[in-house]
Amino acid sequence: MTETKVKPPRAPAPETSPPRSTELDRARYVTVIRPATQMPRIDLRELWRYRELLGIFVWRDLKVRYKQTVIGGAWAIFQPALTALVYTLVFGRFAKFPSGRLPYPVFAFAGVLAWQYFSASLNIASASIVGNVPLVTKVYFPRLLLPLAGVVVPLIDLCLAGFVLVAMMAWYSTWPGAAVLVAPFFILLALVAALGAALALSALNTRYRDVPYAIPAFMQVLPFLSAVPFALDGVPLRWQWVLSINPMTAVVSGWRWAVLGGPQPILGQLGLSVGVAILVFIGGLAYFRRSEPRFADTI
Amino acid sequence: MTVVVAAEGLSKRYRIGQHKAAYGTLRDSVVHQVRRFRSGHLHEPAEEIWAIKDVSFEARDGEVLGVIGPNGAGKSTLLKILTRITTPTAGRAEIRGRVGSLLEVGTGFHPELTGRENIYLNGSILGMKRSEISRNFDAIVDFSGVAKFIDTPVKRYSSGMFVRLAFSVAAHFEPEIMIVDEVLAVGDADFQRRSMGRMESIGDSGRTVIFVSHNLQGILQLCDRAILLEKGHVVRSGATPDVVAYYEQQTIGMGPEVAWTDPATAPGDELVRLESVRIVDEDGSSTSTADVRRPLGIEIAFCVLADGRPIVPKARVLDQHGAICFNVMDVSSRWHEPTPPGEYVATAWIPPNLLNEGRISVDVDVVTVASPKLIPHASAYQAVACHVYDTGEGDSARGLFSGQLRGAVRPLLDWTLEER
Repeated sequence: MTETKVKPPRAPAPETSPPRSTELDRARYVTVIRPATQMPRIDLRELWRYRELLGIFVWRDLKVRYKQTVIGGAWAIFQPALTALVYTLVFGRFAKFPSGRLPYPVFAFAGVLAWQYFSASLNIASASIVGNVPLVTKVYFPRLLLPLAGVVVPLIDLCLAGFVLVAMMAWYSTWPGAAVLVAPFFILLALVAALGAALALSALNTRYRDVPYAIPAFMQVLPFLSAVPFALDGVPLRWQWVLSINPMTAVVSGWRWAVLGGPQPILGQLGLSVGVAILVFIGGLAYFRRSEPRFADTI
Repeated sequence: MTVVVAAEGLSKRYRIGQHKAAYGTLRDSVVHQVRRFRSGHLHEPAEEIWAIKDVSFEARDGEVLGVIGPNGAGKSTLLKILTRITTPTAGRAEIRGRVGSLLEVGTGFHPELTGRENIYLNGSILGMKRSEISRNFDAIVDFSGVAKFIDTPVKRYSSGMFVRLAFSVAAHFEPEIMIVDEVLAVGDADFQRRSMGRMESIGDSGRTVIFVSHNLQGILQLCDRAILLEKGHVVRSGATPDVVAYYEQQTIGMGPEVAWTDPATAPGDELVRLESVRIVDEDGSSTSTADVRRPLGIEIAFCVLADGRPIVPKARVLDQHGAICFNVMDVSSRWHEPTPPGEYVATAWIPPNLLNEGRISVDVDVVTVASPKLIPHASAYQAVACHVYDTGEGDSARGLFSGQLRGAVRPLLDWTLEER
């Protein structure tokens, strides 16, 4: 384990000294290199010092994302739109899945947005360590930055597609109430759940390259366990609780409640989802931190 | 001078061979575990190697520390630990100040991004602050010479442009401690010259540099002190010339002296036998490193067994590529007559500021001159070797120039200048 202690800076240097005082920097940065410990802690101050690099990673991924594509950022809208269309035709028209009192297309699109944010975050973040081999084996920085950047990048897609959602809401005149103020909370919940899972998966991916094959398989099934194509209150209460073990259930139905004014989530179910998300996050973070010292050796 | 890098007992163990799980799939790993369980060998010993073991050293403020050693000695592992890319298995190191590494230029460059964007990206990854990059931006572009293409994606760059831009970014990063690995070995001659100059100026600016290289010349030129790693251990540390000399003697097997104790097997014929050959400094002691500004002697000790023919000691100096720098014979008239039997020690003095830098090796002969031929009596080829270095203090033929000066010799000549 390595850590950096940041000591308080010395008294301000007199004006005569050169602009870059190496003495001052020396006093500030003392790095102790030690063998990895069993229970590494999270160095928040170090993460804070590296905040610019996090921004740079996000910026890089955004810049590179739709390079050399014709329609560029429109893909961020096209993908969920197509999925929502399929849901509307298959589940809305033929299978008559319950959507509460909301029109199915806007119901599906809103759910798919939240879902795709989670799915994209998980995909990008869990591939982030292996996808940056040259960095991981050549330079030091808190490795946590890579999955972190991975869950931030899809937020931009979410915002882009959000405009379309607003347009659809206008079309179907479904306006949210005051609950819209808590909408970011549900995205945050998705972020925490995605990050937690991705931390574990990205660390696992450095040892076992099965991970990128396993994720899409689960992603096929998971929307149905997250109440994406149907309204949660359309299923028996008992099953609602079972589904709530999956944090994404709370994200999808909570997001619909906040944005579209759907049925309000049951507080207990929400608590269960949040609890599971936090557990996943802590577990993922702990596994990630324990594996981190070996990344450069096993990748 | 404060200690800036202090390493104590750093060790790193790698598992090799049986632990294939590290690269395999989950299935392989599970199968492996099950097999281990069924066969009852729960603690099957994996083969282990210590890439480095018990490495301790210190580097002070403003010091340039060289790390040398053969391939597989653990140099790269040591650097990976110091740059925190990997953690040690045991030991501890304390580093005061920001650490920058030049392990490979262009780390993190993204082909889709433009030169401008990559400067920010790469700079941030190396550890520069955004403001620092902006401040140095123009200097970086100037140094790289790709100003015209700064808004072109780097995937359209030639490999030369790419390397130049990458190096300029790295060269403008100014951490307190710089860790450099072999980067000077890539690129063309001009690039190497500039990187070398850059390294030197970093050292002069009071920063601490840890410099790993196979280029012993570079190590001698830049480093105050050096450590020699072999099989993961520090086998020697101290003043650079001493460490380099020891290393050369170990690896090349040719030292500054060679002696033949048994006249019967010593090189030579019935007339002359060699006794020893040495490279000596002014004080007459053998030396395997020589400051280019000091005279250097080639000492040939031989034994004349019989009276008869006139003989002459002769030496040939070769540079590190095996090219002949020059041949020398003693031309004094004392060798015109047959040399009486006895033991002789002849020393040829190479004047200061004649040889170029690098390793020299010496062939010696004792010959009879029979113009236009030389008849050898006793010969020893590649008998001794020595490393000539320049500390670059400005009073050698190099002057203030830090780049490469080609040629077998590098004399310091008198120049005259008239103004018309």
